[in-house]
Amino acid sequence: MAKFNLKINQKNLSVDVDPSTPVLWVLRDHIGLTGTKFGCGMAQCGACTIHLDGNAVRSCVLPVSAIGKQAITTIEGLSANGTHPVQKAWIEHDVPQCGYCQAGQIMSASSLLKSNPKPTDEEIDAAMSGNICRCGTYLRIREAIKTAASK
Amino acid sequence: MENNNQYSRRSFLKSSALTGGGFLLSMTWFAKVSAAGKPGEAALMPEWQELNGYIKITPDNVIKLICPNPEFGQNVMTSLPMMVAEELDVDWKNVVVEMGPHDSVKLGPQFTGGSNSIRMYWKPLRTAGASARQMLIEAAAQTWGVPAGEITTKAGVLSHKGGKSAKYGEMAAKAATIPVPKDVKLKSPKDFTIIRNSKKNSEGQKIITGKPLFGMDYKVDGMLIAMIQHPPAFGMKLKSFDASQALKMPGIKDVFTIRLYEEGFEQGGFDTRTFNELLVITGKTTWEVMNARKKLLAQWEPAGDIKETMMGRGGKREVVVPGRLENTGAQLEMMQEYAKKPAQLLRKDGDPETAFKNAAQIIERTYNAPFLAHNCMEPMNFFAHVTDEKALVAGPLQAPGWVEPTLSKLLKLPPEKIEIQMTRMGGGFGRRAYGQYVYEAAMISKHAKAPVKLMYTREDDMTYGIYRPMYTATYRAALDENKNLIGFHVKGGGIPENAIHANRFPAGAVDNYLAEGWEISSNITIGAFRAPRSNFNAAAEQSFLDEVAEAMGKDPIAFRLELLKRSKENPVGKNNEYDAGRYAGVLELVRDKSGWGKPENKGKKRGVAAYFCHNSYAAHIVDMVERDGEPYVESVTSAIDCGIVINPDAAANMVQGAVVDGIGNALYGALTHKNGAAEQTNFNNYRIIRYNEAPKNIDVHFVQNDIDPTGLGEPPFPPVFGAVANALYKSTGKRHYNQPYAGEFPKNS
Repeated sequence: MAKFNLKINQKNLSVDVDPSTPVLWVLRDHIGLTGTKFGCGMAQCGACTIHLDGNAVRSCVLPVSAIGKQAITTIEGLSANGTHPVQKAWIEHDVPQCGYCQAGQIMSASSLLKSNPKPTDEEIDAAMSGNICRCGTYLRIREAIKTAASK
Repeated sequence: MENNNQYSRRSFLKSSALTGGGFLLSMTWFAKVSAAGKPGEAALMPEWQELNGYIKITPDNVIKLICPNPEFGQNVMTSLPMMVAEELDVDWKNVVVEMGPHDSVKLGPQFTGGSNSIRMYWKPLRTAGASARQMLIEAAAQTWGVPAGEITTKAGVLSHKGGKSAKYGEMAAKAATIPVPKDVKLKSPKDFTIIRNSKKNSEGQKIITGKPLFGMDYKVDGMLIAMIQHPPAFGMKLKSFDASQALKMPGIKDVFTIRLYEEGFEQGGFDTRTFNELLVITGKTTWEVMNARKKLLAQWEPAGDIKETMMGRGGKREVVVPGRLENTGAQLEMMQEYAKKPAQLLRKDGDPETAFKNAAQIIERTYNAPFLAHNCMEPMNFFAHVTDEKALVAGPLQAPGWVEPTLSKLLKLPPEKIEIQMTRMGGGFGRRAYGQYVYEAAMISKHAKAPVKLMYTREDDMTYGIYRPMYTATYRAALDENKNLIGFHVKGGGIPENAIHANRFPAGAVDNYLAEGWEISSNITIGAFRAPRSNFNAAAEQSFLDEVAEAMGKDPIAFRLELLKRSKENPVGKNNEYDAGRYAGVLELVRDKSGWGKPENKGKKRGVAAYFCHNSYAAHIVDMVERDGEPYVESVTSAIDCGIVINPDAAANMVQGAVVDGIGNALYGALTHKNGAAEQTNFNNYRIIRYNEAPKNIDVHFVQNDIDPTGLGEPPFPPVFGAVANALYKSTGKRHYNQPYAGEFPKNS
C-alpha cells in the first residue's frame, strides 16, 4: 500500500492503495466515482476512458502509480450538469441505448475535439474505434461529434 | 366502492391518497396471485408508497410515472410512460419517470424480453392513464358543481367552459377518493399528441453525466466484493483447492465453495446451469479480489454426465447432460452426421417427396453458424444481502419474476421475504433473462453472512456464458422444368436445439413443404440471444431464397413477393404464423425507399432480406463495398412494420443499432471451444463491430398504420444476417454458407 495524492475533477484527493491498482478501480472503489465503467480490463473497449491532462486514456490498465501530477478528469467532472458541447450533442441526437459505454464514448470524443476541433471522418474513425458500443449507436455518435464540432 | 375486493376483476385499478395531498393510481395485475402469493397484501393497501403505483400526481403538479419493466437500452423507461402520459393528458415536460421495484402483483409481468414490453403494456398502461384522467375530471366536477361531461383537459389542466380551471395537482387529493371508473374510452390514434411524437430518453441526462444507474454502480457500506473461479472448461468440476496463498493477499476476506442446486432440484426453464459447485473468493475491493483470485490453486476434474431435473413447459423431465469436453471441429462433424439421420417431423404440406422426385432441378445448400457470446458491455454482476430472515438482491436483470421462485427455493425464504431491485442494465440481449449470477450472488452472501457484490470480469462473462446455440440447416428447393418452385424442404439441427420455425415463411407459400429438426445435447450452456432461432433462420433461409431466385432467373424481391402473394391469396396449410400482406409491405417499402433496381443503383453491391418474428416485420437492403480487403457495409435501408410506433426517433435508433449489431455478428461473431474451454476470452480475440466498421448511413422507414404496436427490439436483427450474406455474394461473387462471413469459422479446433 502507498499513499497517492491525486487531482481528480479539480479536487485534491488522496488514496492509500496498492501502487498497481488501476485508476479505474481507484475511481470506482476508493473515490466513489462510478461514472467511469469497467468493460474489459485490457484497454480493448474504451468504457473506462478518462482524461489525463486532457488526453483520453484507458483507466483500466493505468496504474495509479503512473499518474504523478497529471490531472484526472472523469465523466462526472467533464462539465457542470452535462453542459459540455459533446454532452449536449449527445442529448440532441438522443445517442444512448443501454448507456453503459457512453461515458467512455463522450470522454474519447471530447478529448478528440479539444485537440482537433474540426476533425475529418478519418480522424473521428481513428479516435473513436477504440470505444465499443454493443448496442450499435455508432451512427448517432458520429452525428453528435459533428454537431459538437460545429459549435 | 368495489376496489377493496382483491378477487374482483374490478380491483384492476386502485386509487389511493398520498400523504401531503397527492394521488396515486395503481394497477393490480393478477388479483388472485396477489392473495395467494403475498398474504397480507390487503392490509398493506392503504399504505402504498409512491413506488408501488403507475401514476403519482403531487399537489404541485409533478406527474411521476413508474416504469414496470427493466431497462436495457430498449428505452421502455421512456416509451411505456409515454403511453400513460398520452391518455392522462399531461405535459411531457412535467413527467418524471422512475423504475419500479419488482412487484408482479402491482406492476404486471415485468419481463424484458421477447420484444414484449410495448405489446404487453399497450392497453393496461393507457387504461391506467385514461382512468386517472377520468377521476381527475370527476373530482373537478364535484368540486365545481358542474357536470363531468363539460370538463375538458389539456396538458395537465382541467377546464370548465364557465371559466374555472385547475391543475391536476390541485384536484389530486380529491381524485383519490373517486371510485375507479369501470370502463374508460381510449383515444383514437388520430388524437395522439405524445405517442408518435419523439421524446428524448428519460434517463439521457443521467447517462451522459455518469450517474450511478447500473448494477455495477450499486453499493452499500461494508459490502464485500466476490468473484468466482469457475472451472476452466465446460464438462469440468472442482476437485480440490488450496487458498493459502490467496488468503495472504491484501484485502482478502475468505475463500470457500458454494453449491447452487441440491440433488434433484427442479430447475425452471430459465435456471440454465453452467457450473453447480463454485469456488468463491471475497475481499474488500475489486482489484484486490481480482489479483488474489489468480493465486488460487485449484485442481479440476471431469464432471462426467450430469443428471438434471427440468421443469419446463412440458412438465417435469430428467435430462442427462453429456460430460464430454467439446471441440468446435468435432461438433461440426457430429452435426454433419446427425443431418443425415432421420429427424423429427415439424410440418408437412402436400407431397414433398414426389415433388423432389419429379424435380427438373434441385438446389441444396447447408448453412452453419457458431455459438455467440452476448458480450453485454456491463459484465454480469449482482448485489445480494441475504440473512436468515430476508434477502435483498439488486442489479441488472431482465426477468425478476422468473428469478424469484428459484431464489425462494435456494434460499429457503418465502417470496415476500425476497426483495428484488432492478437497476439499469448495460445491455442484455437475452443474457440477463437467466438468473444464475443472481443465485450465485445470493448464495455467496448467505455463506459470507454479509452484503456482497458478485463481479464477473470480461473473461468470466465470455467464457462462462449462456450462449446463442450452434446451428446448422440444410435447405432444398425443387424446381420443375419451367423453373417453378414445386417443393421446399428444410432440415435443421443444432447444439443443443434446432432453430427451425416450421410455420413461418415460406411455409404457406409452397404446395409441397417439409420441415424437420434434430438436436444434439451438450454441456455448453445456451440461452436466448436477441431474436432466438430467428437470428439463424433469417441468415440461412434468406440466403437460400436469394440463391433460388437467381436459379429461377428472378429478382429476389419480386420472387419473395410472388410467394407472399400466393400465401396471402391461397395459403397452403394452416397455422401460418405471419401476415403475408404485412410481410410483403416491408419488402415493397424497402424496395421503393432504396431505389432497388433503379439505373442509378445498378453499380451497387446490394443484398436484400426480410423476416417476421416477435409479431413484427423487417426488411433490409445493404450496400456493400470491399475496403482494405474486407467486406464493409456502407449504407443500409430498413423497412419495419411494428404497428403504431410509440417513440419514432428512439425506435429508429433501436433499428439502427440492430442493423449494426447484425452486421457485426454476421461478419465477425463466433465463440469456439477447445477441450470444453471457450477459445475467445475478451475483446482482443472476440471481434465486436467497431465505430469505423459501422455503416455511414442507415435509413429507417416504418410502415404507417394504426395496428396495435408489436415488438421492435428483436425483429430488425435477424434479416440483417441474410442481407449481409446476399450483398457479400454480389460484392465477391462467392456465396457464404458459414458464419461469421468475414471470419474463419468453421475451423478445426
